[in-house]
Amino acid sequence: MKNWLILHVHVFLSALRKFFSTPLSSLFNILVIGIALSLPAGMYVMLKNIQNLAEQKIASPQISLFLSMDTSKDDITRIDRQLKQHAAVGQARFVPREQALEQLKQTTGLEDVIGGLEHNPLPDAYIVHPKISDASALKTLKHELQRWPKIEHVQLDLDWVQKLEAILKFGLMAILILSMLLGFALVAVTFNTIRLQILTQREEIEVSRLIGATSAFIRRPFLYFGLLQGLLGGAAAWFIISISLYMLNSNLSQLTDLYSANFTLHLPSTEDQLALLLLSACLGWMGAWLSVSQHLWKIEPR
Amino acid sequence: MIQFSNVCKRYPGGIDVLKNISFTIGEAEMVFLSGHSGAGKSTLLKLIAAIERPSSGSILVNGQNISLIKDGALPFLRRNFGLIFQDHKLLYDRSIFENVVLPLKICDFDHRESAKRVRAALDKVGLLNREKANPIALSGGEQQRLCIARAIVNRPSILLADEPTGNLDTEYSGEIMKIFRSFHQVGVTLVISTHDEGMLGQFNGRVLALKNGELHP
Ligand SMILES: Nc1ncnc2c1ncn2[C@@H]1O[C@H](COP(=O)(O)OP(=O)(O)OP(=O)(O)O)[C@@H](O)[C@H]1O
Ligand SMILES: [Mg+2]
Repeated sequence: MKNWLILHVHVFLSALRKFFSTPLSSLFNILVIGIALSLPAGMYVMLKNIQNLAEQKIASPQISLFLSMDTSKDDITRIDRQLKQHAAVGQARFVPREQALEQLKQTTGLEDVIGGLEHNPLPDAYIVHPKISDASALKTLKHELQRWPKIEHVQLDLDWVQKLEAILKFGLMAILILSMLLGFALVAVTFNTIRLQILTQREEIEVSRLIGATSAFIRRPFLYFGLLQGLLGGAAAWFIISISLYMLNSNLSQLTDLYSANFTLHLPSTEDQLALLLLSACLGWMGAWLSVSQHLWKIEPR
Repeated sequence: MIQFSNVCKRYPGGIDVLKNISFTIGEAEMVFLSGHSGAGKSTLLKLIAAIERPSSGSILVNGQNISLIKDGALPFLRRNFGLIFQDHKLLYDRSIFENVVLPLKICDFDHRESAKRVRAALDKVGLLNREKANPIALSGGEQQRLCIARAIVNRPSILLADEPTGNLDTEYSGEIMKIFRSFHQVGVTLVISTHDEGMLGQFNGRVLALKNGELHP
């Protein structure tokens, strides 16, 4: 076990050494991989940020509860209490019918028409801000509220939420497609790097075979190299994204100051970062594996 | 230890290089393989190490029929051999030490122990003080000795040497033969090919003489 570990550490170190023995081409390879990965990963980060922002500030949906005209003071207290106790309800604001009429006058400019009315046609209402944001849960909440006594009508404006969900889904799909294409590019880059390495190490491979090296022994350094290159490419992608976000944020602060808003772009979560590194390492390994199984058998000792 | 029974070898599209070869080499024996250029000496040695497969007949090494051996088991068979190639097959992108340590690396040998073994092997062929040099900096005879060091470093039980004294003058080849005889004394089986009739006369070991692909006793 200990020997096994030492062996693998040695192979890894020699892959690292090989990496630095051709610093320029290694650097370019890493950059190519990094840029290729940073595109979908960066888009993903942006999408996450937009989603956050939208959920917090723009699209928090609201539910309007219109009470029946014959609602008594006691009913209102009851509804008030029920709303406050409800787990899915964040905030609930009571709008008395007089206030609603007043607002209508001001916002529509139909003062004359409204002033001519004999009595107030508007009911008492509640504006409810739910804690939940996904469309189906909101619908369930709506139906539940509908069944409460003295509630005449429940209006849920899902348009925004549904639009946002559709847009985000679309964005995610686009990112997925892009990731697959560029992941393929990563595999291809590694495939080619390893192919060149196999060609330049032809003699070593041949001699090793002749003196009793197993296929696993011959394959191992190439696989490790692919893994390492993928890993460093992933790290480069993360670096590119971090720098870009930093630069965008400093510009963004000027913009948000103008609108007296407060908003910054956040780095991806640690899990997402680790997933990126893991994925790029896996893709590198895969490219190397494909290359090795494609090219090694052609080198037959004579 | 090594047994050929009715072995024929034909390269794809070619004539029969070896025809109906049968012989036995016992343990710790030292045998010369002689024959003119193109007689099939290298081919015969490659058959023993399973680098080439026979067209017909069977080859036993340590009681194992190597023409039946699976590809996966081949590396472990090869580790029994020390191979000295006619064309050296040294690696010129690394030091002499790195060249000799390769067979040990392949067997996952312990690092400190392998450094010791490499130095012992280099000492045996008189190249100990050159371990950091590149093999390209060695003379023909020194490269030949480096090949020997690489072949013996994992202490094989069988040493197969293909024209180890190829284009060396008699003084050098005498030195190399001295090294071989010291292995013979410690019980290593040796098969040494040569086209140098003079050398055969000098040492009175057993000789397998190849002529036009056939064995002449
Ligand atoms: N891979 C190969 N493919 C086809 N023919 C081959 C191959 N290797 C060797 N031969 C032929 O087999 C014959 C014997 O070759 P071999 O190398 O065994 O001779 P040799 O006795 O070692 O000669 P030398 O003393 O010149 O090294 C030669 O005619 C050669 O052309
Ligand atoms: Mg030959």
